[in-house]
Amino acid sequence: MFEWLSNMENTKPLALVIFFISYVGIVWYVVANRKRSQRLESYKNIPFQEDDALKTQDKVEKNG
Amino acid sequence: MVQGAVANTQYNYEIVKKFAIMSLVWGVFGMSGGVYIAAELAFPFLNFDIAQITFGRLRPVHTSLVIFGFGGNALFATSYYVVQRTCQTPLASNWMAGLTFWGWQAVLFLGVLSYMNGIVDSSKEYAEFPWYLDILIAIVWIAYFAVFLLTLLRRSQPHIYVANWFYLAFILATAILHIFRNLSVPVGLFHPDSYSVYAGVQDAMVQWWYGHNSVGFFLTAAFLGMMYYFVPKQAGRPIYSYRLSIIHFWALSFMYMWVGGHHLHWTALPDWASSLAAAFSIMLLMPSWGGMINGIMTLSGAWDKLRTDPIMLFMITALSFYGMSTFEGPMMSLKSVNALSHYTDWTIGHVHSGALGWVAMITFGSLYHMMPRLWETRLYSTKLVYVHFWLATIGIVLYISAMWVSGIGQGLMLRAFDQYGNLAYTFIETVSFMHLPLVVRMVGGMLFVSGLLLMCFNIYMTIRHAKHEQKAIEEAQLAAKLARAGV
Repeated sequence: MFEWLSNMENTKPLALVIFFISYVGIVWYVVANRKRSQRLESYKNIPFQEDDALKTQDKVEKNG
Repeated sequence: MVQGAVANTQYNYEIVKKFAIMSLVWGVFGMSGGVYIAAELAFPFLNFDIAQITFGRLRPVHTSLVIFGFGGNALFATSYYVVQRTCQTPLASNWMAGLTFWGWQAVLFLGVLSYMNGIVDSSKEYAEFPWYLDILIAIVWIAYFAVFLLTLLRRSQPHIYVANWFYLAFILATAILHIFRNLSVPVGLFHPDSYSVYAGVQDAMVQWWYGHNSVGFFLTAAFLGMMYYFVPKQAGRPIYSYRLSIIHFWALSFMYMWVGGHHLHWTALPDWASSLAAAFSIMLLMPSWGGMINGIMTLSGAWDKLRTDPIMLFMITALSFYGMSTFEGPMMSLKSVNALSHYTDWTIGHVHSGALGWVAMITFGSLYHMMPRLWETRLYSTKLVYVHFWLATIGIVLYISAMWVSGIGQGLMLRAFDQYGNLAYTFIETVSFMHLPLVVRMVGGMLFVSGLLLMCFNIYMTIRHAKHEQKAIEEAQLAAKLARAGV
């Protein structure tokens, strides 16, 4: 087995197959499940949460 | 939420400010250097027989200062800004961040000195630094990686926002590229020259594996990180599709590493290797355009912002140039097109449509967004941003069109044969043909640099006003305190 893996002519196509399957797996993970899709899409709001955080802090400070 | 806000007051913005300012400083030097060598190509007397300012010496000064000085400092600045704000935590180590700043500026300053004095590792395009500066770069980069990764690990936000993925991929890939491209044996401990450990065509392959992936991870992935944060922030709406951004990230990461061989078509590189590179280059069009569409569609339903917001204009134009140059690149990677385009000015035009149109424009937009916020003030003049935008855009269009004319004409002339199979044109005839486009390119570059100078003035005034405002607030607070004390 180790000898087979040490041959670059075997490991190059093997690496290609592993990368390809990994990529297809990622695409499937991202689009296949509706609940997961919604969760992933919710992350797009992260850059705006910092603003919400600041507003909340302002309110807390104003109300003492 | 409130925890994040509390952390906000402790964010390390000082380091972000320093990097942002140095980005503009190196940008002025690097781009002015570019205009000067463009002028030298059109009017060679500008060499003045001074070795230090000849094209061969100033060219790596120009490329290093715009890529690593302007672009690199902007990436340090924005990555430190974005990672703190999206993770809602301060930087993990301020002294290490400081080390990255001073180390990076030292590399650039010493690099310029070396190049101008003829100490150039000229076999390594875009990696011409002598070996001892390569070691310094590696130290700075390890510190950068440590600061970024440790900051991610201590985040308050459970999810790592996608912009940080792009930044992290850029940091990791650049480390790998830098180390393996610069593996070499120094001539001596106190000698600046070194020999590459790779020989012949392998060295060429490693060079373009490095060169094209520097384009892919330094000049593309990292600036996409910038795009994924600053475009939504400036537009005031989230990115069009977060899932598309994930697919965009992984597709780019999987594909970019394969394409370097397209720089070596019709050379000693085995045919299968350059064909494979061309095939991956064509496939790369899909994720590139996916990312472009994702960025542009963020404005979906709010296109009116383009009428009133010049910063948004910068960003959307940058994305358009990203789309255009990622179409042109795969096309030029086709062997038949490459036979015409390679070794001509067309390549220079293509590089600049990416470098000026995409990299510089998205950087200008992001810095215009970020810098007033760093100093907690408003931009000094929006009108000047408009003027900058049009100077930059007209400058780029002139530049690219001139290089298309020059490059395609040059390629056609070099390949033309007469009825007896002799070359139809002498070399000097091609040079003579290229003179006018080279002058137009120089003018385009001048317009672009003029825009950058306006930006520097605008930012300088913005910071000055911020300091005045701060001083006025402090005086008012002191007066109120004294009044309360009855003095």
